[in-house]
Amino acid sequence: MAARALAIIAALTVAGLVVGPVTAVILRADAFSGFTPADWQALRFTLVQATLSALLSVLFAIPLARALARRQFPGRNLLVALLGAPFILPVIVAVLGLLAVFGQSGLLNRAFAPLGLPELQIYGLHGVLLAHVFFNLPLATRLILQGWLAVPAEQFRLAATLGLGKRALWHTVELPLLKRIVPGAFAVIFVICLSSFAVALTLGGGPRATTLELAIYQSMRFDFDLARAAALGLVQLGLALSAGLVALKVTSMPVAAKGLDRVVPRWDGQDGVSQTLDVVWIGLAAAFLLTPLAMVALNGVAGITTLGWSVWQAAGHSMSVALGSTLLCLLWALPLATRWGEWLGLAGIALSPLVLGIGLFLIVRPFANPFELALYVTATVNAFVSLPFVLRILRPEAEAIRADYTRLRGALGLSGWAWLRWVFLPRLKRPLGFAAGLTAALSMGDLGVIALFADPDRATLPLKVFQLMGAYRMEQAAGAALLLLILSLGLFWLFDKGGRVGSAS
Amino acid sequence: MKKALTFAAGLLASTTLVAAQDTPVLTVYAGDYIVSEWGPGPKIEEMFEAQCDCDLQFKPGDLLPRILLEGEQTDADIVFGLNTDVTKKARESGLFAPHGQDTSTLTLPVDWTDEVFLPFNYGHTAFIYNEERITDVPASFDDLLNAPDDLKVVIQDPRSSISGLALVLWVKAVYGDKAEAAWEQLAPKILTVTKGWSESYGLFTDGEADMVLSYTTSPAYHIIAEEDRTKKAAIFPEGHYFMVELSAKVAGTDVPELADEFLAFQLSEEFQSMIATGNWSFPAKLDAAQWPDGFKELNLPEKVLFYSEDEAAALRDETVEEWRRALSQ
Repeated sequence: MAARALAIIAALTVAGLVVGPVTAVILRADAFSGFTPADWQALRFTLVQATLSALLSVLFAIPLARALARRQFPGRNLLVALLGAPFILPVIVAVLGLLAVFGQSGLLNRAFAPLGLPELQIYGLHGVLLAHVFFNLPLATRLILQGWLAVPAEQFRLAATLGLGKRALWHTVELPLLKRIVPGAFAVIFVICLSSFAVALTLGGGPRATTLELAIYQSMRFDFDLARAAALGLVQLGLALSAGLVALKVTSMPVAAKGLDRVVPRWDGQDGVSQTLDVVWIGLAAAFLLTPLAMVALNGVAGITTLGWSVWQAAGHSMSVALGSTLLCLLWALPLATRWGEWLGLAGIALSPLVLGIGLFLIVRPFANPFELALYVTATVNAFVSLPFVLRILRPEAEAIRADYTRLRGALGLSGWAWLRWVFLPRLKRPLGFAAGLTAALSMGDLGVIALFADPDRATLPLKVFQLMGAYRMEQAAGAALLLLILSLGLFWLFDKGGRVGSAS
Repeated sequence: MKKALTFAAGLLASTTLVAAQDTPVLTVYAGDYIVSEWGPGPKIEEMFEAQCDCDLQFKPGDLLPRILLEGEQTDADIVFGLNTDVTKKARESGLFAPHGQDTSTLTLPVDWTDEVFLPFNYGHTAFIYNEERITDVPASFDDLLNAPDDLKVVIQDPRSSISGLALVLWVKAVYGDKAEAAWEQLAPKILTVTKGWSESYGLFTDGEADMVLSYTTSPAYHIIAEEDRTKKAAIFPEGHYFMVELSAKVAGTDVPELADEFLAFQLSEEFQSMIATGNWSFPAKLDAAQWPDGFKELNLPEKVLFYSEDEAAALRDETVEEWRRALSQ
């Protein structure tokens, strides 16, 4: 019963964070004047780019995750950890890193020019997709890899004993696994791409690549047209939740198939073709994801030593926000790791951060000074925004554990606490570590709602990066961005290590 | 020892309490770029507190949305850093009071008679280039339109950025009814459009683009802070669009005298001599002879274009739509 009460409390607080701000904005708004042709164009582009981005990210992630699941090589853990980095970088930093490789005067064009090859043009829909795949391929890969590693090793051994071929293994083990993981991964990436704004605009090359979020921004910042902002925000929310519903419908439920939690060597995929393919996939992905990161690091090296005390202080604030968000997010996520919980959690990234920020401001303002609450609001919003990812990571495993051990629980009459302590949490260790690392890192990098809640004495590190850029100090900004990258990755590494993939524990 | 520390802490706490009660507070809402330690905010605070016997507190964030959301309950006494594109909305809110300052002695390139919004610095829109990178610099706006398509320019989106909006008004002021055709001609040279100024300028300094939409004052930063004289503003005889930053007194302020004192301070020589390098803009009331050295070197436009608040508001939707249509093809 207690578990049920917790789930209800968690669900209500999440729903409240969606309904409250939206209502506050609508109540404060004047009459809504309708959508313009430009809005429809934005809606179309938003849908197209989000669908393609999610599709490509997931498609590429499947062979990559499979390759990582069945290969062991030195530096594999490091590679898996680094693969998480693009996802947690501040958008503008990642874009500059990507352009250093794929841009007009990027590495590729500089390599092509002497060979007489035509100039690579990054700006356009393909540029938007490239960037979104760069951000989300690692996430999709980790989600699918998580699923692969959760397959009891006994199944692979059994398949080997029965002499199942590649095709049979695909049908009996791998396909059901993907059906369980992929729809949710697609949905979460689709939703995050829905609210893309600065990336889509910059790499899309102009107003052709206008997304709904830009229209919301314009209504809010320039026109102060809250009705329009709220209406557009609701459209975006509706799209996201519909995508979530579809994912829910096509996701298959786990079947009870528990193993002995042992690490057993893999028998599948040891032939030459599979090996070559795996090496190619891992090599390509590593080059694609790590080269822009290396450029970010390279650009930042000169600036990082010139950073003043205030930047380090801001780094401290960001770390506390990150840790606070992580705790809150996990408290939210554990009771919500169910089908409907995950659907509800999608709202965290579906709701425009601008609508959320203004709504919270309107709610908080009569009771307290928003400036004094800056860091608390930021931590709460960051937890809220990370929730969909965390639920996507936790849910498949949480459900599998419930399916596998419910009979055991009934037979032994385990109390809720004993169940949590001895069965549920230990088996959830790997995804929990990953989820905590992701939340912490995401919270480090997120600017979110800070625009209305900024406090000069409690600035966060991403805010400092923007301030430096706004003051022409591009070199120092690159240095601060590198610091942010190091700290985010560090936190990610620390948490993720607790449940390191492929670990023998 | 512990006792002594507690005593000292208590003493400190009580003195700050006394100070907080006795010293009037002037709350100034300002953009993040102002309040940041790399902006003029800290210097403004220091200079004004030295003369006012008060506590100036900057509150950063989105100026207009914030003050409109708060309405009459706002804590702000002064709003610092508004642009002309939002003054109409701000004026209509009725939240601001006349500034009462003499604007006849301002050194702006346009006449300023607004009784509510008081300028503190200005600049003009301009395309900045690196002279080591391009030699064939467009000598006029027409030249830019007719430049080969491999000249790559980054601009800001007029729907999300103030400088982007100034650009579409600039093109409108130069080309009038032919603005859309001008945009169509410019379109192939536009490498990309960014959300704000910082992203564009970052792309330019990273060598991604040949020219960037920025301000006539941008080279001053490179000259003064980096001793780099390769970044220049391309000056066009058709004229450059005027951009001014303004402040205003909140009508419901509980410290009206202090707010007035701040507005007077904003036009003082002390403030005006600082703001050029503080905010990388031309001072609103300071003869060119008194500008910092780097600013004296800058290329200045002969002709300055500017729409009044009402004209700009009337033209805005139309010009942004022309821009969007031309660049969406």
